[in-house]
Amino acid sequence: MLDVAIAYRRYQFLGNEFLTWLWFMIETDQNRLRQYDPDLISLNIGSRLVLENTRNNAKETITIKGDEANLEEGLVALKKGAVVTEMHLSYKSVGQDWLFSLKGESLNISNLKLPETGPVETPEDLEGVVIEKAYLLEKVIGLVNNLFSHFIKLRVSDTWRNQTVSQIRKWSAS
Amino acid sequence: MGLLSSRISVTRYKVKGRLDGSVHETVYQSLKQRSIPNIEDDGSEAIVGWTSFENPYAPDFEGYSFVFGAHMVFALRIDKKSIPPKLVRKHCTLEVAKRLADTGRRYLSANEKKAIRDHIVLTLSRRIPATPNVFDLVWDYKEASVWFFSNLKSANEALETLFIKSFGLQLIRLFPYTTADLIAGLSDGERDLLEKLEQSQSEG
Repeated sequence: MLDVAIAYRRYQFLGNEFLTWLWFMIETDQNRLRQYDPDLISLNIGSRLVLENTRNNAKETITIKGDEANLEEGLVALKKGAVVTEMHLSYKSVGQDWLFSLKGESLNISNLKLPETGPVETPEDLEGVVIEKAYLLEKVIGLVNNLFSHFIKLRVSDTWRNQTVSQIRKWSAS
Repeated sequence: MGLLSSRISVTRYKVKGRLDGSVHETVYQSLKQRSIPNIEDDGSEAIVGWTSFENPYAPDFEGYSFVFGAHMVFALRIDKKSIPPKLVRKHCTLEVAKRLADTGRRYLSANEKKAIRDHIVLTLSRRIPATPNVFDLVWDYKEASVWFFSNLKSANEALETLFIKSFGLQLIRLFPYTTADLIAGLSDGERDLLEKLEQSQSEG
């Protein structure tokens, strides 16, 4: 394996391409996402989307915020060569909702709101709540790992170069 | 930042290596050995150590209290003293003036000024209480995974250092490349292609 610090910088673009692909999949193929995660009911863009365009040695950042935000500006930025660097997601499974942000360069999860768990009223309640929280965390971390694994297998395949890139371009231009 | 917070930040790690002997006993002994010391008048600017999830201000790992089902849950505590720069400047200015008056000199050398500053920082450090910062973590030993509840660079670096010192195991942070390499289940051929990947050409 490469040196970790070098690998972080060298392959930073993979996380941003992953988020860009994920937006495309969310908008065009929820059924495929359900195949990747059988418990998934829906995965949607939440209240924040950040894109970055570093073409021509100039860095332009586009931030779209707010519930029900119009993502049109993001599509225009994609057409100009931007990639998604951060996105807020809403993940729904059977009777449970997760909200979280995902950063492209690190794949760090932040601002994660788990589904409700029981209250901790006595020391005895704590163990049950911790185990439940760990299970709920595992679900969302598993989702990210699972989606990224499918992405990376696609990314190293010929299908990415021959089909997916043009499909994403077509979608962003539509 | 903790597991029970209403909003959580998580950094994911893979643990490299396995412990010898009983896992819970080895972890217990290591946590006890490197638990955060209860020293208020220590001159150091920051103290780092393990503490318990249930009671972060009085570390107690007795009875394997860090075991919750299949997970081990404990916390990293960083007690940091932050001395306001203006306070340091005030004391330095007063001390320099006193030294000049005492010696009848007009100037102090750079080394003398530095020595005064170091002494003042040390003295103030002993008087100012440290602010505790607690960051929970969940360790799934079977899956060799750690979730650390902070994305702060300094906290993550402190965790990585203390973890290897305590348990002799390296934590590998999971970012795009390491997730692809360690989690995605790539074949040898796919891994070779991963090494050669370049950024996709976008339109514009």
